Amino acid sequence: MSEKDTGTGFLGWIDARFPLTKMYEEHLSKYYAPKNFNFWYFFGSLALFVLILQIVTGIFLTMHYKPDGDMAFSSVEYIMRDVDWGWLIRYLHSTGSSAFFIVVYLHMFRALIYGSYQKPRELIWIFGMFIFVALMAEAFMGYLLPWGQMSYWGAQVIISLFGAIPVVGDDLTLWIRGDFVVSDATLNRFFALHVVAVPLVLLMLVVMHILALHEVGSNNPDGVEIKKNKDENGIPLDGIPFHPYYTVKDILGLVVFLILFSVVVFFMPEMGGYFLEHANFVPADQFKTPEHIAPVWYFTPYYAILRAIPDKLLGVIAMFAAIIVLFLLPWIDRGKVKSVRYRSTTFKWLLVVLVISFLGLGYLGALPATETRTIFARLFSIGYFGFFLGLWWISKNENTRPVPARVQ
Amino acid sequence: MSDEVDNSRRRFLTAGTVVVGAVGTAAVAVPFLKSWNPSARAKTAGAPVQADIGKLEPGQQIIVKWRGKPVWVVRRDQKALETLPRVVDELRDPGSDDSIQPDYAKNEYRSRNPEYLIIEGICTHLGCSPSYRPEITTDFQGGFFCPCHGSKFDFAGRVYQGVPAPTNLTVPPYYFISDSVILIGEDGVA
Repeated sequence: MSEKDTGTGFLGWIDARFPLTKMYEEHLSKYYAPKNFNFWYFFGSLALFVLILQIVTGIFLTMHYKPDGDMAFSSVEYIMRDVDWGWLIRYLHSTGSSAFFIVVYLHMFRALIYGSYQKPRELIWIFGMFIFVALMAEAFMGYLLPWGQMSYWGAQVIISLFGAIPVVGDDLTLWIRGDFVVSDATLNRFFALHVVAVPLVLLMLVVMHILALHEVGSNNPDGVEIKKNKDENGIPLDGIPFHPYYTVKDILGLVVFLILFSVVVFFMPEMGGYFLEHANFVPADQFKTPEHIAPVWYFTPYYAILRAIPDKLLGVIAMFAAIIVLFLLPWIDRGKVKSVRYRSTTFKWLLVVLVISFLGLGYLGALPATETRTIFARLFSIGYFGFFLGLWWISKNENTRPVPARVQ
Repeated sequence: MSDEVDNSRRRFLTAGTVVVGAVGTAAVAVPFLKSWNPSARAKTAGAPVQADIGKLEPGQQIIVKWRGKPVWVVRRDQKALETLPRVVDELRDPGSDDSIQPDYAKNEYRSRNPEYLIIEGICTHLGCSPSYRPEITTDFQGGFFCPCHGSKFDFAGRVYQGVPAPTNLTVPPYYFISDSVILIGEDGVA
């Protein structure tokens, strides 16, 4: 065995065989994060917490759930009524999925306002976007499992989206469903993907996301690189070790989050039909589409874009484009100034347009379409895509304010 | 044997190994991908089904399950049939040129017998099941309405303009075994 300079005792024995102390230092005790993180920086660690919550509650749900077209719906009711504490585990899981999206949307918005996707953090953003897409797939497939009316018809609609692809569309939808309509075969494979395949992909992407972050270092609300100013030991002057400073801070964020989360879990787990839709308390019926069908709230902005366009293929393209354009954000923004604090007024107005459009689309996507609403959905869709076009346009020669050399 | 490394030979062998390995991996992927196709059992469930239409009153609709899909049988009354020529100008594909149906249903009524409409109850937009709206009003000449995204169809399942569904509802193969029994899923002898 090669001689390594490690400590003595048990930890020394471990370190000679596994880089435990090295990893602990690299990622926690000697990972220097900017000292000026504000509340926007809670959402990364919160997302990690919710991921673990979903995995743990999910594992326990699979111990009682039956992925079978004849038994799925009743096995969920069985969990709710007959399994000891089953209702709590299920509500933690269902509320957790909505909480996951709230936290992730806020986390993405943070990156947007502080320019955390800009050079040299493009890959962090790309990995994060893949996490977002995997999360949407995970949520979509998980929503089929209770086998209620909304599960069934939601899946039918979303799978049919792939039918809009020219030439191969119809065969592709048949292949995804494994039957001529959404059926037991679809339910069983979605269960496998939801429980095994996608979580593995998610965990791997989260590791890559964090590794990429720790390679280049965290951005901050001022958008200045703390690595440019180091002391004689090579430690950034404006950096503080992640542990204990930010672990303790993140625990505070977690406490606040858990208070709000518990209120929902214990007092309003259905959230007025937004977290658990009313139609989903009726077993799946392949002959009867519910009067009003809408996706869960976290998909409604994209659904509203789909509905706003009166052409099947173009609608599907626009919906997917709304996601793809986010992947390209690091190259759409041609600016050098990262933080909104030092960017132009035009940029701030564009942000306002984006936020209003996104919330507006999310609101409209949950309601039945009427003529007036469709007009608004079109305006908001223009606003959504307009943000990216506008950003590309203004960022070339943006009228920015001077960026300080150090964190303020 | 020479001590010198023959780099071009080494590159050739490396490339050859990679190509053979990639072909092998792709071949192994085939069974896994094909396992997602409808199983033999699902295909058997796609066999033709009989429906008794003898007790259907004018204006009534029954729903028959074929291949897991709802298939509607509607006995159209005279008033419903009279709307068909009236709405032609408002339709996207009145001649059913871009829609799916057997040749014997590629006509104004989209059926073998004008009185009976046999059609798949799956919206050509995103697969919801539209509802039957037999009432004829000034706003809507009757037919079918999809609650998901507001697509409208006339009494022959022909799609209106300005709605998201791209084509008319699909007519499955079927034929009349007798005056009161139809077989859905086979063309039969014309």
